[in-house]
This record gives sequence, structure tokens and C-alpha cells, in this order.
Amino acid sequence: MAERLHVGTRKGLFDLARRNGVWDVVETHFLGDPVSAVLAEGDTVYAALDLGHFGAKLWRRDGAGEWRELAAPAFPPKPQDAADDPHPWSLGKIWVLEPGGVPGRLWAGTMPGGLFRSDDAGASWSLTEALWHMPERRQWQGVAGGEQPGISTVLIDPRNPDDIRVGVSTAGVWASTDGGASWRIINEGMYNEYMPPEQKGLPIAQDIHRLARCAAYPEIMWCQHHNGVFRSEDGGHNWHEITAIRPSKFGFAVAAHPRDQDTAWFVPAVKDERRIPMDGKVVVARTRDGGNSFEVLRNGLPQRHAYDLVWRHGLAVDASGERLAFGSTSGGLWISEDGGDSWTMPEARLPPVSVVRFAD
Amino acid sequence: MATVRFTSALERFLRAPPAQVAAATVGEALASVFETQPALRGYVLDDQGALRRHVAVYVGGEAVRDRVRLSDAIGPDDDIYVFQALTGG
Repeated sequence: MAERLHVGTRKGLFDLARRNGVWDVVETHFLGDPVSAVLAEGDTVYAALDLGHFGAKLWRRDGAGEWRELAAPAFPPKPQDAADDPHPWSLGKIWVLEPGGVPGRLWAGTMPGGLFRSDDAGASWSLTEALWHMPERRQWQGVAGGEQPGISTVLIDPRNPDDIRVGVSTAGVWASTDGGASWRIINEGMYNEYMPPEQKGLPIAQDIHRLARCAAYPEIMWCQHHNGVFRSEDGGHNWHEITAIRPSKFGFAVAAHPRDQDTAWFVPAVKDERRIPMDGKVVVARTRDGGNSFEVLRNGLPQRHAYDLVWRHGLAVDASGERLAFGSTSGGLWISEDGGDSWTMPEARLPPVSVVRFAD
Repeated sequence: MATVRFTSALERFLRAPPAQVAAATVGEALASVFETQPALRGYVLDDQGALRRHVAVYVGGEAVRDRVRLSDAIGPDDDIYVFQALTGG
């Protein structure tokens, strides 16, 4: 099981380690700076910063060495014929970093919707132009009322590094089976209830808050969508709504059990006008039967006047499927060693949490 | 020679000492600095070479007008200040 946890916050990166059965903050990095994404691969840690004045940055640390700044992904010069593009050709922020399934390869999902690839462990990046140049990309909508769409999820098939799914807020699920050379939108069966009737069911109208897939059965995918929870059994092509989710169907984060295709976790909230936990109680919803039923887990979580919201990347499960962690907008951080049955809070009052990631 | 001076806020991330440059425009002055300190470029300019939204450049006590092409003229003895525009939080 993972013995180390990285927590990216509005004011720095916090590393926690498990010692004598207790999780504790053992290192702090980039104190004061917003961390937008983090990835641990072996002894190497990548941290993306979202500096208010100076832009999106990317840093890498090998083992216990010094942090070194890498070239951040960058968009190519904007051509004349793209003058009417509604989205900027400039990196807004790095929203997610994922390993590419072959040594040295990384994927970065960003705002304003660019997908970037590195084949040299982050030293250099190239825009996935085939996706960026899809005509439909101009229809992508901004995140949460903002101007820029964002790629919140990049899923690589563990059996085939060329088989990729990306989830976009707001523009559905996109697939490539050739390493990113060509793309198509694939998600059928979702609906977006705030759209006009004729657009509700369009694949591109779907607000994919976050996707997760079962590592052992990669065809099994879960989606925390803006207006509900959906599950796919065919690699993201066809989705059916999971209506048994409790106590509410709105939320941002989802984690899939790495071996059990029927188990997943969510952190529900009151839907979008309010975005707070139901009744001021922080809970985790767990299904162990493919979404037919849910347990509402609350042992160790605050149950009185708690208004913690958990963002898209604020929930994680380790490779064992037993250890989970989630962090909140109020700086709450909870860790479970038993699949969510019980939770403990490390001794820390953290800044708002944007991302949690185990070092497996 | 004009002098380009950078906000000390950058020192948390990289070295940004004052630089003497021979240049006719703000863009030329910055480009001259970035030749010797390429890592600075991404902190000051966006991917398309425009000033970052929350970075300000002042010449002779006035904010530069052309934030996209950086064409504002500079004199041979001007001080060019590069600093952060205010943002919250």
C-alpha cells in the first residue's frame, strides 16, 4: 500500500508519510504558491504551479534532490485563420498530469483545453494538434462560468498506451486509439439537464467533471457528471445513469477501485447553485455492486456544520484499493485505510486542497 | 543603455537581476534580456509573446500601451520596470 501522499493546495504542496500507523506532514514545498496538479512516478514527483502573476509552471524533483523547473507546455503561434477562435492559444493552467504508460511519456490536460505530451519526462512538451484542431473544439464551453474549457481527466489504457480517453469540462469524452494522432467524441447516453431540450443529449454538451476507470478492467469507467453519476462498460462509448447515488448526485470527484470493477467512491454535494455538503455533513458514497446501491460513509468525517467541497482531483485511491484520501476547499484532509469504512484527519490545517495523489 | 529591472517577487523562482540593454522598443529590450535568461520569458510573456495579464511594464513612470506587440518606444537611458499587477489572495 502507498506510504506517501502528495497534497496540492492553494498555498503549496504538502507531502505526508505514514509512520507507525499515523499519517503526518513530513515535507512542504512551494509554500504560498497555488499547486494545480501533481504526479508521483517512482521516486520522481512533478508539481504544476498556477502562479497568479507569472503563469503556469512545471517542476520536477527526483528522489530527495532539489526541485528543478521544466519547460511548461506552450501553445504554438496562433495562425491568422484562427483569429476567431473563442479560446486563447496560451496556457492557462495545468489541470492534470498522467503517466503515459511507456518510459518518459507524460500527458498534461490543461486549460484552455490543450492536451500536451512529453516523451522525455517533462523536459519538453508538444501540443496534441489533432485534438486542438478538431472543428468541434470551438464549441467547447468554459468551466464553471469561466471562459476556458479544461481537460480534467486523461485515462491511458493500461494494456495499450495508444488508447486514450480525455474528459473535458465542458465537452464530453474524447477518444484516440492511435496515441493522439486522431480523435473522436464517443460518449452516448449522458444528458445535461441545464441545456436547452434539443441539446441535452448531445455528446459535446456533457459536463464531464471527472472520469475514473478500473485498472484491472479498463472498459469499466465511472463519471461524476455535472448532473449525476454515469457508468460505462465499454470504454466510455455508452453510459447509463447511476440513480442510486446518495445523499445527492452532484459532485466533482470519483475514484475507481483498481481491481474490483463494481466498486467506486464519490463525494456528493448539494447541486450546483450551492455546492456544499448535504446538511453540513461530509460523507463519501461507496458502491460495491456496480452502482445498484450505495453506502454513505461518515465514520471519522465531520457531521456538524461542515461545508467542505471536494474538487475534481481532490479524491484518490491507492493501488491496493484500501487506502483513500480526499481534501477539501476548507483545507480538510481525510485518509482511510479500510476502503472508506473509517477516516482519520492528519494534524494539519491546510490551505484549500486542489489535488491529492498517492505515491504508489 | 536602457536598464530593465524586474520585480523582486521573481526571485522566489529564478534569478532576475537588472540588465543593461541597447534597444529601441520594449519588445526589443525584453528580448535582449531573454537571450541571456531564457527561463524569464515565460514569467513575463504568455505563449503568444504578449505581456501576461497580471504583469505590468512601466517606462518613464507610465504603463506601456502596447501589451501585445510591445512596440512602445524607449529612450537610451530609460528605466524599464517589470512587476506584478495586483491580484488577490
